[in-house]
Amino acid sequence: MSERLKAQVRDVLDEPACATNRAKAPGERTKGCGNSLVPGAAAGGCAFDGAKIALQPIVDAAHLVHGPLACEGNSWDNRGSASSGPELYRTSFTTDLGELDVVMGHGERKLYRAIRAVVETHRPPAVFVYSTCVSALVGDDLAAVCEAAAERHGLPVIPVDAPGFVGSKNLGNKLAGETLLDHVIGTVEPADPSPLDVNIVGEFNVAGELWQVKPLLDRLGIRILGSISGDARYRQVAMAHRAQVTMLVCAKALTNLARGLEERWGIPWFEGSFYGIEDTSAAIRTLAAMLVERGAPADLLDRAEALIAEEEARTWAALAPFRPRVEGKRVLLYTGGHKTWSVVAALQELGMEVVGTSVRKSTEGDKDRIKAIMGDDTHMFENMAPKDMYAALKAADADVLMSGGRSRFVALKAKTPWVDVNQEKHEAYAGYAGMVELVRHIDRAVNNPMWVDVRAPAPWDDGYAPAAATAPGLRVVNSDATDFEDC
Amino acid sequence: MARLIPQRGALSTNPLKSSAALGAANAYLGVEGAIPLLHGAQGCTAFALVAMVRHYDEPIPLQTTAMNEISTILGGAEQVEEAIDNLKRKAAPALVGIASTALTETRGEDVAGELRTLRDRRRDFGDTAIVYASTPDFIGGLEDGWARAVTAMVDALVPATGRKRPRQVNLLAGSHLTAADVEELVDLIRAFGLEPIVLPDVSPSLDGHVEDGWRGTAQGGTPLSDIARLGESGCTLVVGESLAGAGEQLQARTGVPVRVFDRLTGLRAVDGFVATLMALAGVADAPASVKRDRSRLVDAALDAHFHTGGLKVALGADPDLLFGLGATLAEMGAEVVTAASTSWANPVLARVPTAEVAIADLGELERRAAASGAELLITHAHGRQAAARLDLPLVRAGFPIFDRLGAQDVCRVGYRGTRAFLLEIANAAQGRVPVPRPEHFGATPPAEEFAHARP
Repeated sequence: MSERLKAQVRDVLDEPACATNRAKAPGERTKGCGNSLVPGAAAGGCAFDGAKIALQPIVDAAHLVHGPLACEGNSWDNRGSASSGPELYRTSFTTDLGELDVVMGHGERKLYRAIRAVVETHRPPAVFVYSTCVSALVGDDLAAVCEAAAERHGLPVIPVDAPGFVGSKNLGNKLAGETLLDHVIGTVEPADPSPLDVNIVGEFNVAGELWQVKPLLDRLGIRILGSISGDARYRQVAMAHRAQVTMLVCAKALTNLARGLEERWGIPWFEGSFYGIEDTSAAIRTLAAMLVERGAPADLLDRAEALIAEEEARTWAALAPFRPRVEGKRVLLYTGGHKTWSVVAALQELGMEVVGTSVRKSTEGDKDRIKAIMGDDTHMFENMAPKDMYAALKAADADVLMSGGRSRFVALKAKTPWVDVNQEKHEAYAGYAGMVELVRHIDRAVNNPMWVDVRAPAPWDDGYAPAAATAPGLRVVNSDATDFEDC
Repeated sequence: MARLIPQRGALSTNPLKSSAALGAANAYLGVEGAIPLLHGAQGCTAFALVAMVRHYDEPIPLQTTAMNEISTILGGAEQVEEAIDNLKRKAAPALVGIASTALTETRGEDVAGELRTLRDRRRDFGDTAIVYASTPDFIGGLEDGWARAVTAMVDALVPATGRKRPRQVNLLAGSHLTAADVEELVDLIRAFGLEPIVLPDVSPSLDGHVEDGWRGTAQGGTPLSDIARLGESGCTLVVGESLAGAGEQLQARTGVPVRVFDRLTGLRAVDGFVATLMALAGVADAPASVKRDRSRLVDAALDAHFHTGGLKVALGADPDLLFGLGATLAEMGAEVVTAASTSWANPVLARVPTAEVAIADLGELERRAAASGAELLITHAHGRQAAARLDLPLVRAGFPIFDRLGAQDVCRVGYRGTRAFLLEIANAAQGRVPVPRPEHFGATPPAEEFAHARP
């Protein structure tokens, strides 16, 4: 890895705005978190993956992956970040390096030509060029090629130097943040900046979640200037330096970006979440308060409170009919970070019992809140091996598992309802409306009548009983007939 | 559960049903060497023939008594005699299956009586089995005609007998079963070491195959010699409530006990069938292949339920098919928001898991589908216009399917068929998942100034 990249990795891992990192011994602070790079025991994505997740939702840009096929070919079109307009971000571009390119060192030339082809065909506002393990290993000078191409074509060509081997997905998120700070943000000035302009960082508009929240901001007159990067236009990201406040949504991923916006352009930031009723209200409240501090009209506070009161009342009313259907259901939560506790409170309010929650991506603050909500910490756990989770679900220790895609099949093979709460999902669960959607999906999952059938013993198993009352069609027409067993 | 309600008004718009006579003809085609003969005007046969050819993409040996004005007034006995005469000379059928039409029934033909005198008079007809079913077009639909033809065949062709073969099993196959369905059930029965006789058996005749040579009769089907042995079986398995009457008649004649399976789509329904086969075979276990098929169905149910849960389905079909598919969908958490069917005769309709079943046309189904917010339409190919107007995916099931090849290859019964059906529905539902848009959530689009002006 280049010296430049090495230094950058060291920098982003030593995140001063991260409480977890501050709590570490000085020598440990540049080592990052987690143990996701353990051979034979790793499950997460790589740095390239993380960088792509963070930047690809910029919908009008071209995203060109410089490497052999697997990096892009095996991963494209598998995320649900939605666009309200341009679709270029969904088109897959890669240099698809072949053996000769690698051996003969044709990579840089091929990349230059590939950029030209993308620009000539699609005329995007910018091209993001991603390095990968192979292009980094053979020493292709991504920055130089991008610079030459930018000059030649007269548009930003941005090198995203986050090859997979440097680390985890989380690190890739951070490197993407650095890329935006170094190459994009601050390069375009908004025509009419407003005191109600904000940045939303770390919300990728999966299944339209940004749009579940946006109407709330619309009603308060708050404009999302820099969206990083859900449904974002390139120019919008480039204007992010003129926002008044930054809300950091996915706390662990892009802290460096929020901090960078503050250090370079003086934009204050806060961490918040749009998952759960309480958190959504808190986020709106904080946004309003910080905007007023920065000079927005003071009536924003009252308007925010009125909106919160109205929306909370409406949401609880919408949730009420679900209560009898989900009350008493035992939920096992296996996800990370903010999603955990902010959802727990609402589920409990509806009479559901949270029998366990993972805290593997949660901060100490998160853990304290979980403890407060759940009474004690006996139900908190770090990681759970699939085998153990399967055993727990098989033993019916929970009625539903809420998790990301990786444990989906653990639940299904244990014939247990599963609700997807991670980024590959197709449902939008953000904001007040999202909470209703989430509970609707929990209801739909746990109350599907098929669970009874798939759990029933087969005809050759002990305990098989024909489904008598529901009688799927087994009937003796004439009771005078010879006893059936004799025939 | 379901309340049956009649068609509203005098006008039928886009019929859902095909005629009873067509159903009877179709059932006769499940008998080896058969030729169905519609007793009516030439057009009755021509329309049925075209409909069946379009559905099966096969030559259909369907004949007519070609009633004319004079025979309509004076009586059609001679037409029937002449038709049989001609068929014998041209194709030497093993069976002539006669089905009446609205024309001859309105006139009041006593075909049964005339056939008796005909048989006495024409000893040369002795080597041809002749079966008659009353199937006026103004009563019921395809399923009713099929059931009447099967009942007529049992009545005419099965002798009472004292001989028993306990491992022989009768399978009376309802009109909702495709060639592939029948084959699946036969495989399942054989897997337990039992020997099935299927009546009618469309799996060797309407499965779509090429023979050496040309014959003007059904290209396969149940041999008459097998039909004659139905009374020797250990048990009659009836698939489809519409054939319960035929099963009872067989039992009354021969004493063979009957079990009616009102559907064989759905995990627990197939479990019941398999449990019956195990009891008949006297075994406590099932072959590995059956176990594998079941576990794959369970897996399909797990994968498909994400898409079937809460799915609103509008369903139009003959009663047995409607019940089989509707009940299975309900088991998967889908909601049959509206249903239309073709006949008042089948009591299974009352058990369809929906509030109302309209004995009505596709026009009514379309209105109801729109009003109830249906997300998926399941009916035969004529539903394509409604599906296009409602912008709904259409899963084709039933008769006729004239705009897709291989209707007879679609299997929706047994563990494997149910798996295929669940995946089919899940896929149709996935095709409809809308791409999220800001307006779905009431969000405004991004400001104009953010947009890239493409040079």
